Amino acid sequence: MLAGVDMSFITYLLNGISLGSVYSIIALGYTMVYGIAKMLNFAHGDVIMVGGYIIFTIMSTLGLNPILGVLIAIILCTLLGMTIERIAYKPLRRAPSLAVLITAIGVSYLLQNLALLIFGAEAKSFTSVIPVKPLSLAGGRLSISGETLVTIPLCILIMTSLTIFIKKSKIGRGMVAVSEDKDAAVLMGINVNKTIAITFAIGSALAAVASALMFSTYTNLSSTSGAMPGIKAFVAAVFGGIGSIPGAMIGGILLGVIEILSRAYISTQLADAIVFLILIIVLLVKPTGILGKKIQEKV
Amino acid sequence: MKKRIFALLMVLSMIMLSLAACGSKEEKPDDGKKDQKEQVNDKVDDKKDTDAPKFYIGGIGPITGGAAVYGQHVMNAAKIAVDEINAAGGINGYQIEFRFEDDVHDPEKAVNAYNTLKDWGMQILMGTVTSNPGNAVKEETYADNMFMLTPSGSAPEVVQYDNAFQVCFSDPNQGMASAIYVANKNLAKKVAVIYNSSDVYSTGIYEKFAEEAKNQNIEIVAAEAFTDDSDTDFTVQIQKAKDNGAELVFLPIYYEEATLILTQAAAVDYKPLFFGCDGLDGILGVENFDTSLAEGVLLLTPFAADAADERTQKFVADYKAAHDGTIPNQFAADAYDAIYIIKAAIEESGVTPDMSISDICDGMKEAMTKISVDGLTGAGMTWTSSGLVNKDPMAVVIKDGQYVSAD
Repeated sequence: MLAGVDMSFITYLLNGISLGSVYSIIALGYTMVYGIAKMLNFAHGDVIMVGGYIIFTIMSTLGLNPILGVLIAIILCTLLGMTIERIAYKPLRRAPSLAVLITAIGVSYLLQNLALLIFGAEAKSFTSVIPVKPLSLAGGRLSISGETLVTIPLCILIMTSLTIFIKKSKIGRGMVAVSEDKDAAVLMGINVNKTIAITFAIGSALAAVASALMFSTYTNLSSTSGAMPGIKAFVAAVFGGIGSIPGAMIGGILLGVIEILSRAYISTQLADAIVFLILIIVLLVKPTGILGKKIQEKV
Repeated sequence: MKKRIFALLMVLSMIMLSLAACGSKEEKPDDGKKDQKEQVNDKVDDKKDTDAPKFYIGGIGPITGGAAVYGQHVMNAAKIAVDEINAAGGINGYQIEFRFEDDVHDPEKAVNAYNTLKDWGMQILMGTVTSNPGNAVKEETYADNMFMLTPSGSAPEVVQYDNAFQVCFSDPNQGMASAIYVANKNLAKKVAVIYNSSDVYSTGIYEKFAEEAKNQNIEIVAAEAFTDDSDTDFTVQIQKAKDNGAELVFLPIYYEEATLILTQAAAVDYKPLFFGCDGLDGILGVENFDTSLAEGVLLLTPFAADAADERTQKFVADYKAAHDGTIPNQFAADAYDAIYIIKAAIEESGVTPDMSISDICDGMKEAMTKISVDGLTGAGMTWTSSGLVNKDPMAVVIKDGQYVSAD
């Protein structure tokens, strides 16, 4: 009996980490943009939805290779992110932050309604892009879905390479500089506009990856599919300390694990309430989030 | 000065725009209706005065949004029934005008749709298609004392007032009938339930199912809820059903969540028997859904499109001919019956279109308890003054991507 309980606990934990990994990848987009441009890009969740529709169109409507679909989605989402930044946010660089926030919400609704117009209101069923079979362990008592098997390592890989990129590359160090002091960075010869554009590009490319992983597990695709994960990932970013990359990862995974475990052991209905309650407690104790510091390198 | 002129121009242009928007909204449907009216009249009776009184029947349901399949089927089937009745000379010699408004499965929009229809001249409401909007609209129809017949809004609260009646089973009846069906067919002894605790439809069925399961000696080993805000991840609920050894998973939910549950259960190799109610109807219509995952899923439903009787076959053939070969689901059958039930109640009561909305309602609600209607969804359907319908439950099973009668 004890072994049985342990097995389901492990399953819950793995599912939680898998869900949390998706939150982490989305949270990266929020946290990087916040760190550098000091703005909350609420349209980020909807870029994920757009990514989902691009993959769906290429894979299911046109019947092409899923890998090709993901690659095209990454390219198109990157372009979309840069376009949004160029058209909607760049002209407001000197505007009050509230104006930028409202613009971001506007962009979010614009994307949702465009998707509604193009793809219709009915939810579509997304075919998994991950061809891995479920893994059955301990005589069938523990089965792990292929999506989980791929999501967790991929998340770690993304996190590590992103950290190395920011620490070692010239562009990455430029990002750190802009996030610390925009004016000083300009004096040092860093092109701030270009740096911000690149940040949006990276964030949006990650959103496309997140959409492939997320819709492979949670297969319902509709125009509002990006909204709730977007909000949860934003919470994860705040939870981990907004502006911090390891913070986004820790915040995301913790959020996913807490959500699944409270659903499993406390109540399936109260899970969301518990997640947000924990967020409130953490923020009361540590207002800057788990890894947030008053002065820190924000990227 | 320049600024002022500019502002004035802006204001003017906005007024123009809003006027234009209003104008086009009102004109469009009216034009269409007029054409239809004339055509129908030409066909049916050339001599008849075009201004002859008519029954104005309105319909409300989702034709866009998450539950769109239901509303579209209801709208299409009701139109077929209306056309049939009009072609055969109408109800007591009066033609029917039918108009359907979208509510996107949203209570607020449903009330807006109701008001739009009232402005149009609606005397009888055939709606709403789903329960939550129905609960909002019933307050309006009760206040106006307008006769309301819902084809498929199955929450018992929808027919709480004496002016409202149901064609479909109420949720409690579906839950009870499901438990009896599972026990009679000996489908399982250990059952798990996954239901939506933020939805009256789902909760209503679940509660009655749990109550009746006790009487039927069925053990509910896991009862797991989810809410509208957490309706994507079902790994926990599935794992609990699996851990507790459920042979059957009862899904009193709508089909969109059901596709996710079927997909996620398959991802961990869990293959119990899935059993649902009318909310699962439409699962095969989800774009790109791998229907092989739904193989063997049982649905409690009053209508099977493959039934051999003549009326069902004629209806299915007419529906397919009018809508690119789409096979009508039970919502379509409910709506088709609803129009004929309205016809029967009007004939029984002898109400006429020139009477007030309230008088029509008073006549019809009395007639409802007297009539017995043979429809697609059951023979000898009768009603009590509570608004609930009496008929026998049936089930269909999904086989090779089609709904097939399970009995």
